[in-house]
Amino acid sequence: MRKVLTLAGRELAGYFYSPMAYVIGALVLAMTGAIFFYGFELIGIERVFRPGAEASLRSLFEAMAYIMVFAAPVMTMRLLSEEFDSGTIETLMTAPVTDATIILGKFLGVLGFYVVLLAGTGVFMVITAVYGTPDAGVAVMGYLGMLLMGSAFLAVGIFTSTLTRYQIVAAIAAVAILALFAILMQQLVAHAPEPLNELASRLSAMRYFKDFARGVFDTRGLAFFVTAAALFLFLSVKSLESRRWR
Amino acid sequence: MIEVRNLTKWYGNVLAVDNISFDVTKGTIVGFLGPNGAGKSTTLRIITCYQPATSGTITLDGHDVLADSIEVRRRIGYMPESVPVYPEMRVREMLMFRAALRDIPRARRRGAVDRVAERCWLSRPENMMRRRVGELSRGYKQRVGLAEVMLHDPAVLVLDEPTVGLDPAQIRETRKLIVELGTDHTIILSSHILAEVEQTCGRLIIIAGGRIAAAGTAKELRQRVTGPSRIIAEIKGAEPGEMASAIEALDDVRSVDTARTGNWTRLTIQGDEHADSRAAVAKIVAQKGWALRELRREVGSLEDFFVQITYEQNMQIGRRTSVRSA
Repeated sequence: MRKVLTLAGRELAGYFYSPMAYVIGALVLAMTGAIFFYGFELIGIERVFRPGAEASLRSLFEAMAYIMVFAAPVMTMRLLSEEFDSGTIETLMTAPVTDATIILGKFLGVLGFYVVLLAGTGVFMVITAVYGTPDAGVAVMGYLGMLLMGSAFLAVGIFTSTLTRYQIVAAIAAVAILALFAILMQQLVAHAPEPLNELASRLSAMRYFKDFARGVFDTRGLAFFVTAAALFLFLSVKSLESRRWR
Repeated sequence: MIEVRNLTKWYGNVLAVDNISFDVTKGTIVGFLGPNGAGKSTTLRIITCYQPATSGTITLDGHDVLADSIEVRRRIGYMPESVPVYPEMRVREMLMFRAALRDIPRARRRGAVDRVAERCWLSRPENMMRRRVGELSRGYKQRVGLAEVMLHDPAVLVLDEPTVGLDPAQIRETRKLIVELGTDHTIILSSHILAEVEQTCGRLIIIAGGRIAAAGTAKELRQRVTGPSRIIAEIKGAEPGEMASAIEALDDVRSVDTARTGNWTRLTIQGDEHADSRAAVAKIVAQKGWALRELRREVGSLEDFFVQITYEQNMQIGRRTSVRSA
């Protein structure tokens, strides 16, 4: 466990050594800010910051969730691909650390960065609080939802990063998987015929997240995201192990 | 200390290591010698638990590399051929990170890092430990790699081509360091340069085409070399063709090559195994009244032997591979 933290610490610090952290941070905050002030009609998200609107953060959280479909893979893409490419994986995998420790360390590292990023969005909460009286419960649930969904998204990203030494390939593959569960499933819920849309709604990450964004704590959502994160971390460990045999 | 038994490794259709067995005893420096693609790195990767073997076993102090992998890894310091580093980290930072992964307690990490830095000439100049690893020259990177390997003071050091890409002064320093380390560590290193392992290693294992072609001390190997003998003579006083035909007439001589060097003719006389025709050549020279300024016998060197067997083995592996895929 101590080594998990050692690895996580190195990963977290790694984000801030490179321009990566600042670029992702700036982009995510800029996009969230744009939606906060101007809305995003294309995906049906209303402008949050307008006179007369309820001081609700629901739209803001939903917007952040969609942004994460693209931002999470960019955060995770280097985690293992870079090690494969530079060969450092060889020193890591011959050190007395298990493959599971490596994956868990990487996961906690990127999760730490993600939490820093979420903390950055706190500025919009402050602005809302200054001009209105937002529901604290919604804010707490929204952030809990972001944390849970983020964990699942990042685990997917780590998994695709174990598959290839090319970071871009890892990122695109992760976006594809996330888009399937976050966006395509939503479309299926709306347009697919009877039994299929029911299935799609069970698998739709956004459906679960929307409950959190409304301030509702839903154990089904908790189970969905935790299971997804655990599953993809498990697959990552297996994928890393299988590299030894090639 | 390390026992390798019937180790075989296939990469898909390619046989990289073909049923090799050897022992490494405690406190020796073993040199793995072979041409590129001989299976050196693969063998080292299996010993260090990076890759599993297709078949065969390796134990280190009784710990199996597969079943007891973590225990084996604790006892080994491994520097891969490419000396991979995290370019964005500072030297001290990276060494501290590795020390943490190597189970060195927090309180002792700084001391361990200082110790290896001193030993690998990283403590001077002053700012070296604060520089980013990515900015270092190849030689310094290599030193960082060596320093990493020694952090946890492992019983066994495995160094894959430790001097490749270094300048001559650095190669000499590194060799010195390896010999020094050899006094209290067991070391396995690989190289494709004979002279290098000959100088540093107590034992040589020549590997080619995935097989052990020869093993022993440099002296033993040299004695086993039975290349054809060769006499070099420099003679003046006649046309090269005349000299060549006179000497070719001798019993033990197979062929004679001539080359002019000024007024002198340089003859390379290939003889039968163990043959020594020097006296006979001198006699002819005296009879004909020619002048002689050099006459020496060359026995096939270890280098020749190395080149010869590696060449043969390379031919063989080509055949074996095609058999398996057919």
